[in-house]
Amino acid sequence: MTGQTSTEYEKYYVPEKSRLALCATTGLILSIYGASGIMNDMTFGDPDEATNSWSIFLFGMFFFAATLFSWFRTAIKENIAGLNSAQLKKSYVLGMFWFIFSEVMFFFAFFGALFYVRNLAGPWLGGEGDGGRMNGLLWPSFDFSWPMMQTPQEAMGGATTQLIANNGSFTSAHTSMSFADAHAWWHWLPLWNTLVLLTSSVTCHIAHLGILKGDKKKFNLWLGITVALGMIFVYLQIMEYYEAYNEFGLTLNSGIYGSTFFMLTGFHGFHVFMGMTMLLIQLLRSVIGKQFTATEHFGFEASSWYWHFVDVVWVFLFLFVYIL
Amino acid sequence: MGFKAKRLCKLALGPVLLFMSVSAMAAGGEASSINMTPGVTELGREIYDLHMIILWICVAIGVAVFGVMFYSIIFHRKSRGVTPATFHESTTVEIAWTVVPFFILIAMAVPATTTLLTLYDTDDSELDILITGYQWKWKYEYLNEEGENVSFFSNLRTPQAEIYNDEAKGEYYLLEVDEPMVLPVNTKVRFLVTANDVIHSWWVPALAVKRDAIPGFINETWARPTEQGIYRGQCSELCGKSHGFMPIVVNVVSKEEYGQWIAAKQTEASEVKQLTSQDFTLDELMVRGESVYDMSCLACHGAKGEGGVGNAIAGSSVATGGINAHLEIGINGVPGTAMQAFGGQLSDVDMAAVITYQRNAFGNNMGDSLQPVDVYNYKKR
Amino acid sequence: MGDHHHGPAKGLTRWLFTTNHKDIGTMYLWFSFSMFLLGGFFAMIIRAELFQPGMQLIEPAFFNQMTTLHGLIMVFGAIMPSFVGLANWLIPMMIGAPDMALPRMNNWSFWILPPAFLLLASTLFMEGGAPAAGWTFYAPLSTTYAGPSVTYFIFCIHVLGLSSIMGSINIIATVMNMRAPGMTYMKMPLFVWTWLITAFLLVAVMPVLAGAVTMMLMDVHFGTSFFSAAGGGDPVLFQHIFWFFGHPEVYIIILPAFGVVSQIIPAFSRKPLFGYDSMVYATASIAFLSFIVWAHHMYTVGMPVAGELFFMYATMLIAVPTGVKVFNWISTMWRGALSFETPMLFSIGFIILFTIGGFTGLMLSIAPADFQYHDSYFVVAHFHYVMVAGAVFSMTAAIYFWLPKWCGRMYNETMGKTHFWISFIGFNLAFFPQHFVGLAGMPRRIPDYALQFADFNMMSSIGAFIYGASQILFLYNVIATIVAGDPVSDEKVWDGAEGLEWTLPTPVPYHTFETPPLVK
Ligand code: HEA
Ligand code: HEA
Ligand code: HEC
Ligand code: CUA
Ligand SMILES: [Cu+2]
Repeated sequence: MTGQTSTEYEKYYVPEKSRLALCATTGLILSIYGASGIMNDMTFGDPDEATNSWSIFLFGMFFFAATLFSWFRTAIKENIAGLNSAQLKKSYVLGMFWFIFSEVMFFFAFFGALFYVRNLAGPWLGGEGDGGRMNGLLWPSFDFSWPMMQTPQEAMGGATTQLIANNGSFTSAHTSMSFADAHAWWHWLPLWNTLVLLTSSVTCHIAHLGILKGDKKKFNLWLGITVALGMIFVYLQIMEYYEAYNEFGLTLNSGIYGSTFFMLTGFHGFHVFMGMTMLLIQLLRSVIGKQFTATEHFGFEASSWYWHFVDVVWVFLFLFVYIL
Repeated sequence: MGFKAKRLCKLALGPVLLFMSVSAMAAGGEASSINMTPGVTELGREIYDLHMIILWICVAIGVAVFGVMFYSIIFHRKSRGVTPATFHESTTVEIAWTVVPFFILIAMAVPATTTLLTLYDTDDSELDILITGYQWKWKYEYLNEEGENVSFFSNLRTPQAEIYNDEAKGEYYLLEVDEPMVLPVNTKVRFLVTANDVIHSWWVPALAVKRDAIPGFINETWARPTEQGIYRGQCSELCGKSHGFMPIVVNVVSKEEYGQWIAAKQTEASEVKQLTSQDFTLDELMVRGESVYDMSCLACHGAKGEGGVGNAIAGSSVATGGINAHLEIGINGVPGTAMQAFGGQLSDVDMAAVITYQRNAFGNNMGDSLQPVDVYNYKKR
Repeated sequence: MGDHHHGPAKGLTRWLFTTNHKDIGTMYLWFSFSMFLLGGFFAMIIRAELFQPGMQLIEPAFFNQMTTLHGLIMVFGAIMPSFVGLANWLIPMMIGAPDMALPRMNNWSFWILPPAFLLLASTLFMEGGAPAAGWTFYAPLSTTYAGPSVTYFIFCIHVLGLSSIMGSINIIATVMNMRAPGMTYMKMPLFVWTWLITAFLLVAVMPVLAGAVTMMLMDVHFGTSFFSAAGGGDPVLFQHIFWFFGHPEVYIIILPAFGVVSQIIPAFSRKPLFGYDSMVYATASIAFLSFIVWAHHMYTVGMPVAGELFFMYATMLIAVPTGVKVFNWISTMWRGALSFETPMLFSIGFIILFTIGGFTGLMLSIAPADFQYHDSYFVVAHFHYVMVAGAVFSMTAAIYFWLPKWCGRMYNETMGKTHFWISFIGFNLAFFPQHFVGLAGMPRRIPDYALQFADFNMMSSIGAFIYGASQILFLYNVIATIVAGDPVSDEKVWDGAEGLEWTLPTPVPYHTFETPPLVK
């Protein structure tokens, strides 16, 4: 903080001891314990055996969510009570910024995987490249192209003629999600999704401009529109998945194309959902709680950064998953 | 120099001397138990030289760096009543010790690059062998041989009794196999390395070959052994329970000897084919089945069929149920479990024998049997 | 809110609910030490089995579980949290801040660790046993071929990642935002610098690891084919993602250790650190390079030769900034007035042994030679030189150095020195011979070995037992100091020590720098 010296020092608020962290831990650990149980029952378990994994998981999630709720509430109350110095607020800003950075890196892993299978592993499986790895011998009837509409396994005659032991079976889709496979451009959901999400980024920004001028009405209106657009996006995404599963035969089992498609769009969709919820909460705070002023609206700002981040990720998704 | 200083000096030199003496001993060249082997290929010698050059450079830098440090430790100690200097930077030396190491590195990178390029040059091979890693054995398949393709598995031969200390360990404990890979001397051999289940890695130090065996991909590498002899190595990528028990033995022989060996192998292969059309008695099948069982199934299903990693065979509902269902598991395995598909690993004769054996041993007195031709037909189906 | 100058609360809730950076630091340190004992116990089992050829004590499957858990627990449970603990204790005091920037989150970062490790350790008692695919858990051994424990393992990694990310965000926010007036970046103690950069590394790579384990989870339970060629994926993809995390991870382990040594060497040389600026730049260069060298762990997987060359050159380059550090430490000692208290002994031990480990690292980086070294005990020797003699030695030095400051009591110097000498000898006896067996052809991760490796393995096991036993001495010394050490009241504790933390009273009060000091 510029010009700060010991004399004009604003006290940095260090909270008293708090049980929030321990409650959050309890919730989190119970959730992952339950989730592991659920998945293991699914994959390794005996279907007739009754387990309580679901109850543990749901209880843990509930507990976790409740803790987070009261955590944020506490933080907001402290702010309203005027405990937070400018310096402390900057800590929150930094926290949010680096949190978003870590999310970027999470997506980076999946984009990296996509890049790798499309540009390296795929062609190798198709028999390209020499000196390093070559596969003419292993998958002679497999030709690589993207979107991968036939897995190497299928090219070789399916799961009954396993080249590699214990592999499970991978059945490809018959229609891909790319533009070329769409019935008509207005049937192509990704396009609509892009429009919706890009618009929502703009509306979110308008809301921001509103609150900066202290115009609460404008803020509420445009924030409301943003949240609505977010909901539409999530709805369209669900439709798209429905279509993929039921009409295109594209599933998580559809080889690497399905894997990368669902993981990238799925995690993105999940983030949209999170961002939308965050914005919704800000809307409720503004409308019902009568919070936020031209200078005090960090909760909204943080959520809006998140929203823009989710938007940027979508642009890359649109480019690399749907178009290229 | 005081007594303390002398002692410190000795202590300091200890590790350095140890390092140096050891490398000096190893420089003798022969396969040693403390240094890399130059092995029996041109490439191996190149790698060995590279290794020694870099080792010596590092030792030299180490002596210089630690030398300065120990000088300081000895002469600049508070107990000698020195007053500390106050300097804390010098752009000149700092630049110097950034630039000098950089050039040392370039000096290392040059030979490293040429050697690496040689290592990757798999062109013009005279013999191709497909190596497939299985949990926990190797399969060798000799390609582009005229006539019958020769292929066989190479399993650990060391008995369990030696491993569990019930018997004295032999000279080549854990480094012996039932059937080694045989190579002709002075021939450029290209190895195509892959795996059937998890990642393994085929490593024979004397041939300077190490390549990961990746399921679903083929890696290439090569060697040109110049001396006859038996060379041993091990799987070097963690591949599960018996990763430590997956040795490699390569027998490099004269070209004539190799010719005889491959011919014999080819005859053997066509004989096995013959056997498929032959009928066996239950007793014959049981004898053959027992040895197949011990080699391929025992590790998971136990010596008495009592089970282990795999289910018990004794009293198993499969082994005492329909024979085709039993054969199905033998050929295609149980997906998603350690029970592999043995259809591609065992000959039809061996498969018939081991299934028959499982159904009639360990108190499973089913009395029925399979003939090789049954297996053949089942696979064709 | 009331009076801020209160002491700690009483009882268990002090620890459960605390937001105080010193309390949280203490918890981190004790937790990591207990993990060190557990991981070390597993190492003792490994070394006991390897004492002689033949299977004596345990079964091969269990051996793999021991190796895996040893690696995981040491890296994620012992070393990383120990440095986070140190950061918690020291960073606020070093930069003149009242606490960490986000104190409640700080508590949360800590408290999710113990249950996560409990869950991980409990897989030992599950059907099918604990994860056994090595700490690098390469697919498909860790996916298609793994048992139910892998699911718990995956979620544990998620939680550890979460903890590290939150911890790092906290450190970044603290360092960027909470420095006392006048404490410019280029005046920060090096320990703070190294941690700031480490925190960046952590925020960048932990999410990538989370991505890798998420893909595993999907492959195991939901039928995706990231790591299966039959579906168009590639097992090697896993390795790329893992090492994109894994290589920066090893610098995450060592950078704070560099920081510690850069604090201790000047103190006992009674001379300012040589080349402060170049230390900072070197640290940043190492961090940058660490992102573009990951595939040096994968020379043998069959990369195209161009990739191989790129990664080789980039890896070799790391020797330059690391060399700068080593040279700077030595120049700091040069013409100083050296004395050899325990922290200094461990720091000198660090420099020597870390450099040897660095040399072997450089040898490993030479791709063609690595075809012979890879996955042999030579690699095991390399990384124990940098991680045990590097990270653990420096951590030990740090404890001896700051403990008197923290608790106002002096440890027993004779016992400390004894600890050093036993450790030093035990360590070298344990790990130096591993270079030899590795070069001679002994693969790593094997429960049993051929006869020609027997002598050195026995030597190594004896060394390991000696080194392990010396840790009991350490534990005793620390506890004895806290309970009944000779009181120290001198603010400086060490006459050569410099920095804000040494201006505070000894022992350090519960709350410090509630108003920031002015740094000139
Ligand atoms: C603290 C952890 C740490 C640190 C600091 C390092 C440091 C280095 N490591 Fe290491 N490494 C590991 C932990 C670490 N490593 C681990 C855990 C593994 C195994 C993982 C597994 O498979 O389980 C591993 C494996 C590993 C490999 C893969 C080996 C294999 O599996 O085949 C390689 C290959 O390049 C490598 C290289 C290096 C290099 C070049 C450095 C450099 O940073 C070293 C630089 C230092 C110096 C060189 C010394 C000082 C310099 C001078 C005095 C200047 C002058 C010197 C010269 C010009 C030569 N390491
Ligand atoms: C920072 C990390 C770290 C640390 C500190 C250590 C510490 C030690 N490690 Fe390490 N190790 C790894 C990280 C680390 N290790 C990693 C990443 C691997 C690779 C794993 C893999 O392949 O996947 C590995 C693998 C590894 C192997 C190879 C296993 C194999 O390939 O199968 C061996 C074998 O000797 C070994 C030994 C030791 C020993 C003896 C110590 C000692 O320093 C430990 C000393 C500590 C104690 C002993 C605890 C304190 C004392 C007690 C609890 C009292 C009881 C003891 C006695 C009475 C003797 N380790
Ligand atoms: C690597 C370990 C392994 C090896 C080697 C192995 N099996 Fe198995 N086997 C298993 C496992 C695990 C199962 C249990 C599969 C399941 O869960 O259904 C099994 C199950 C079986 C079954 C079904 C038993 C039952 O009651 O369900 C038969 C039959 C069988 N194996 C035959 C063989 C034959 C024949 C061989 C050798 C040629 C062999 N196995 C080698 C691991 C192995
Ligand atoms: Cu096969 Cu290790
Ligand atoms: Cu590395």
